[in-house]
Amino acid sequence: MLGKQLYWEDVKEGEEITPLPKIATTAMLVRWAGASGDFNPLHYDRVFAEAAGVGQPIVHGALKRQWLVQLMTDWIGDQGWLKQFSCQYRAMDIPRAMRSMADPVDGETWMCKGKVTKKYVEGDAHCIDCNIWIENGKGEITTPGKATVILPARG
Amino acid sequence: MQSDEISQVIDKNVGVRIFEVEKGAIRRFADAVGDSNPLFRDEEYARKSPYGSIIAPPGFFGWPTKHPMGAPLVIDFPDEVMQPLMKSGYMAATALDGGMEYDFLVPVYAGDTLVSSTVVKDIRERSGRTGKMAFIILETTYLNQNGAVVAKARATTILRSTTV
Repeated sequence: MLGKQLYWEDVKEGEEITPLPKIATTAMLVRWAGASGDFNPLHYDRVFAEAAGVGQPIVHGALKRQWLVQLMTDWIGDQGWLKQFSCQYRAMDIPRAMRSMADPVDGETWMCKGKVTKKYVEGDAHCIDCNIWIENGKGEITTPGKATVILPARG
Repeated sequence: MQSDEISQVIDKNVGVRIFEVEKGAIRRFADAVGDSNPLFRDEEYARKSPYGSIIAPPGFFGWPTKHPMGAPLVIDFPDEVMQPLMKSGYMAATALDGGMEYDFLVPVYAGDTLVSSTVVKDIRERSGRTGKMAFIILETTYLNQNGAVVAKARATTILRSTTV
């Protein structure tokens, strides 16, 4: 188990979701390119990124999206269901360069965060609405979103 | 405001695809996210879970998850969609990823075969400092081998116009 199962009764409106820290390195973006099938050089080729007007390779929006999906699936546990999810890629994030084969240079850590906005029952589903977002190293929100989950009830 | 030319692409289908959801592809995807959840990689664990076998993380429907060139489907648009866009000055090469919205209905299991069908749900034009932009909402519906809709995905793709 990742942790103990979260139940609907245990969640309060306004409470924070357990934050999920993430880093992104150039090596991790190449891995993502292979795993996702998105081989746009914008994400790993500096010369291409400069020519495209972005300046330097940027983190894939879809990778940031999946960080936020993990924020939710980690929080809701095996018996929770992610019902609805949305996010917008509002600002560019820059990966850390590599210092060695295995280690990145010091730099930014992103924080995936969320807050419970509403708790309700719909039919027989015990639902929770959340605002979710990613903050960059400066604390700026680059990727805001929303999620609705169904949690088990103790009933 | 948008031209009639642009509006005529709404509801047009831009592609049907078939995906085999492979166990190894699920694990590599989870690895790339940095997600060690055993539901996505551990047979033994998954068997004892409410799912009974390995599932894919929400948002994974088989590889590739995106057009290999990075531009989500845009490069593959059929002529009846591409022509009106190009006449309005929109080039596929300027596609940016704006965001994603999902409805998740049924789990995706390792071994599933999914069929995806994508339509232009909406298109809105805006004028910015650097010229016109079009926000295209592409809605993809994923069906599994049992005919169940497993998810709907609405991706926002931003195209920039070369004309003002």
